[in-house]
Amino acid sequence: MSAAAPTAGLDEAHGPPLLKVTGLTVKLPVDGTRRAVLRDVSLELRPGEALGLVGESGSGKSMTARAIDRLLPPGAQVDGMITFDGQNVGALSGAQLRAYRLQVAMVFQDPRAHVNPVRRIGDFMTEALRTNRDLPADEARHRAITVLGQVGIEDGDRRLRQYPHELSGGMLQRVMIAAALLTGPRLLLADEPTTALDVITQSEMVAILDDLRRDYGLAMLFITHDLELAAAICDRTAVMYAGQIVEVRSSARLHDDPLHPYTAALAAARPDIAMTVGRLRAIPGRPLSAFEAPTGECAFAPRCAHVQDACRSTPPPLIGLAGGLSRCIRAHELRGRLEAAGA
Amino acid sequence: MTTPATDAWPAQRRGRRAAMLRAIGPLGIVSAVVIVVAIIAAVAGGWFAPDNPDLPNLSLSFVGSTAGHLLGYDFEGRDVLSRLLAGAQSSMLGPIAVVCMSMAGGTLLALVAAWRRGITDTVISSCLDILFAFPGILLAVLAAAVFGAGLWAAAIALSVAYTPYVARVLRGAALKERSLPYVAALEVQGASGTAICRSHIVPNVLPLIVAQATTMIGYAMVDLAAISFLGLGVQPPTPNWGVMIFENEVGIPQGYPLPALAAGTCIVLVVVAFNVLGERLFTYAQAVRR
Amino acid sequence: MPDSEPIPVLEVRALRKEYSGLVAVDDVSVDLLAGQSLAIVGESGSGKTTIARMIVGLEAPTRGTITVCGHDRSRPARSARLRRRRGQEVQIVFQDPYTSLDPRQSAEAAVDEVLRLHHRWPGDRRSARVAELIDLVGLDARQARAVPSALSGGQRQRVAIARALAAEPRILILDESVSALDVSIQAQVLNLLADIRDATGVSYVLISHDLAVVRQLTDQAVVMRRGRVVERGPTARVLDDPQHDYTKLLRACVPRPGWQPRRRAAIESA
Repeated sequence: MSAAAPTAGLDEAHGPPLLKVTGLTVKLPVDGTRRAVLRDVSLELRPGEALGLVGESGSGKSMTARAIDRLLPPGAQVDGMITFDGQNVGALSGAQLRAYRLQVAMVFQDPRAHVNPVRRIGDFMTEALRTNRDLPADEARHRAITVLGQVGIEDGDRRLRQYPHELSGGMLQRVMIAAALLTGPRLLLADEPTTALDVITQSEMVAILDDLRRDYGLAMLFITHDLELAAAICDRTAVMYAGQIVEVRSSARLHDDPLHPYTAALAAARPDIAMTVGRLRAIPGRPLSAFEAPTGECAFAPRCAHVQDACRSTPPPLIGLAGGLSRCIRAHELRGRLEAAGA
Repeated sequence: MTTPATDAWPAQRRGRRAAMLRAIGPLGIVSAVVIVVAIIAAVAGGWFAPDNPDLPNLSLSFVGSTAGHLLGYDFEGRDVLSRLLAGAQSSMLGPIAVVCMSMAGGTLLALVAAWRRGITDTVISSCLDILFAFPGILLAVLAAAVFGAGLWAAAIALSVAYTPYVARVLRGAALKERSLPYVAALEVQGASGTAICRSHIVPNVLPLIVAQATTMIGYAMVDLAAISFLGLGVQPPTPNWGVMIFENEVGIPQGYPLPALAAGTCIVLVVVAFNVLGERLFTYAQAVRR
Repeated sequence: MPDSEPIPVLEVRALRKEYSGLVAVDDVSVDLLAGQSLAIVGESGSGKTTIARMIVGLEAPTRGTITVCGHDRSRPARSARLRRRRGQEVQIVFQDPYTSLDPRQSAEAAVDEVLRLHHRWPGDRRSARVAELIDLVGLDARQARAVPSALSGGQRQRVAIARALAAEPRILILDESVSALDVSIQAQVLNLLADIRDATGVSYVLISHDLAVVRQLTDQAVVMRRGRVVERGPTARVLDDPQHDYTKLLRACVPRPGWQPRRRAAIESA
C-alpha cells in the first residue's frame, strides 16, 4: 500500500539491504478477539547501518523487533514479508531458524527478566557458542572474556564466575550486549536497552554500541521512546505511531526538518534542558495502539494540530520527499512550518 | 485553565464475572453444582429423606438395592439414602465450622504480622511454625481425651491445626500488598493500620481467601470423617457419613459393601468438588493480581 | 503567588541514613522556601528517593533533623493521628502509576477516602470538594467513576495527584512522578503541575534523574551523588553553568542533537 519504495530515505547506498520488512501486519489475540498491533510496516536496513525506531506506548516498536526475531506470542497472525539476506524469515524452521538466531541478536530493556538467575554468567554466555558452533569450553570462555573487555568489563574472568544478582543493572546490560555479540551477529535488535539505566551509564552504553558496530560491521535497529537519543546515535530514524511508520528521515535532518506533524509535536512536547517555557506544547489526547486508532482515516488525525477534512477521509500512504518518508498527505505543504506551529 | 485529559476512552475491560467463569471452566461448574446439592442436603436433607433415617429395623439389615430403596439398607436396617441425606448436615457443618474458625484466626494473625512486620512478625511466624508441627488428627485425639468425644471438640482442635496453613498463605499475600505504593500513600495520609487492612488489603486478597477456604473445606471434611470413623467425633446414632463408614464397615467382608461405599462416595465426591473449585478459584485469584 | 517574606517550609539539617553498614544519605542539608520548587537530582543510588521517604515519614533518619512548617518531624509518627496531621503538610506522588492506586477503588472513592480522613464534612460538601479536585487535575466525571484498570498511566497519575492534594499539603513531593509516562503525556502532566502550583501555591520537591524535566518545573536544584550533595543552586545556573565535575558529567551525558557519546576511560561501579 506504500506509494514510495522503502529505499527512499537513504542518503547514500551501503549495498543491498540486509533486512527488509514489507507490509508487516500483526494481529494478536486479546480476550478472544484478534487485535491489530502493527499495520503495514515497511523498513529496510543496510549492513552496518543504524536505524532508530521511535514511538510511544502502543506505537508497535517493540512488536516490530519481536516480529523480526520471531518472538511473537502464540496465536499471532502475521501478514507481510520479512527477509534477511534474501531469506524469508517467516518460513524458517529448525536448524535454519537456529542459524538465523545466531545472525540476529536481541538485547532487551530489563536484563534481569531475560537471564536465568541460577546460572553463572559464564555458562549463559558461552552456551550458544558451545552448542551451535561446537567450540570447546575454554575457547568459548576466552572469547567471552575478550568481548567482555570490549564492553568495558576488565575483570572478565571473575565476572564469568558470578551470578546475575551479583551485578548491577548497568553491568548486567553490558554483559547482555557482550553475550549478544559473541555469536558474531550481523544485526542487533536493541529494544530500549538503556531506558532503565542512568543517563551516565546510558551514555557509556550507547558509546559502546557505536564502537562495536563499527568494529563488527553490525547493523542495528535501536528502539527507544527518546527521539533525541535515537537521532543522536542512528544514521536514520523511523517514527512510529499506532502501529504504523509515520516518518523515516536521516537523523541529521529529523530535528530541524521533520516531515510529519507527530514527529514535530513529539519533539516540541519535550522540555528543554536549556530553558524554561511557561507551558510545554502538549499534544492533546493520548497515544493509541493500532487497534484503538480510527481506521479509514489518518491515525493521528484526532490529535493533530494541522488536521483537515481530507485527513479524515482516507488513510494516508507513505510518500517520499526530501530524501525521507512521511505518512501525511499535507507533508509537502507543511514542510518547514512544522517547527513553528504549536498545539 | 487546567490542562484537560482529553484522552480517548480505553477499550472496556471484560467483566470480572465472565473472567471468573472462564477460569472455573465446566469442571468447576460441575463441582459448584455438587457443592450446592450437598449444602441443600445439609440444610434440608432430613425433609427430603424418603424414609425415617433413625428407626432401626434389624430384619432389613444389609438388604441390598431394591425398587424404592436404591441404595439398600444399612447394618441396622435403615434406608441408606435417607441416612445419607440426614447425615449431610453433621458432615458438612463440622468442616464449615472448622474453616470459618481457622480462616478467622489465620487471617487475623496474618494481617497483624504483615502490617507490623519486624519483631511482631517474627514472633507470630515462630508461633505458627510451632503449630505446624501438630497434625490435626493428633490434636483432635488430644481434645477428645481432655473434653470427651464430640463434634465440637474435634472441630475446634482441627481449627487450631489449620490456622498456620491459612496464616502462611495469607501473610505472603498481605505482605506483598502492604508493600505497594498505594498503601504507603494512605499511610502518609494518616489512615490507621486497621482501616487500611480492612478497606484495602483484605478486599485485595479476598479472592485468595475464598480460594483457600474452599480447598480447606475438603481437607476438613476428610479429617473430620476420619475422626468420626475413629469414634472421637460425631457419636452414633447421629447420622454422619464418617460414622456410617465405621458402622457399616463390617458389611464389606460379608459381601454387603453398598452402605459403607455409598457413604465413602459421598465424602469423596464432595471433597473432590471442593478441591477442584478451590484450585480453580486459586488460579483465578493469582491471575487477577494485576 | 510567592509570599512577600520567604518563610522556609522545609528545613533539612545534617540528614543521615544508614542501612546496616551502608550509608545511603550522608550529611544532607536542604532548604525550601514558600513558593519555591526544589529538585533533588541524581542517579540511582544517589539517595534522593531515601531523602523523600524520610521527609514524608516512611523511613526513619539515622541522624539529623527535618522541620516542616516549623514542626519537627525527625522521627516518623507513631500514631495515626500524628500521621494525619503531618499528612496535611507534606504529601507524595510516587513513580509507578500502576501500583499507586488501589485497583478496586474508583478515582472518586480514593479522593473521598482521604477527605474523610482529614475532615468531618457532610456528604454533599465532600462530594463537591471531590468534584473540584477531579476537575483540578483535568479528569471528567466519567473518568472519576472509573477504576484504575480502565484508566491510562497519565490518568492514573492525575488521580494520584488529586488524592495527594485532597489533604491540602504545603509541600508535594513528586518522586519521579512523570518518569514512567509517555513523552506526550508527560508534557500534559507537567503543564498540569504548573497550573496546580499557580492555583494553590503548593511547593514541589521534585525527585528526578531527568534534567530537562527538572529545568521545566523547578527553580532550585540540589545534585546528589552517593548520598552526598555535590552541588546546589538555582536550577538554571546549575544546569547552564555547572561547577562540580559530576554535574558537568551529568549535563554532558544528556542526549541532544549533535551529541556524540564518549566512553569514559575508567568504569566506576556502574
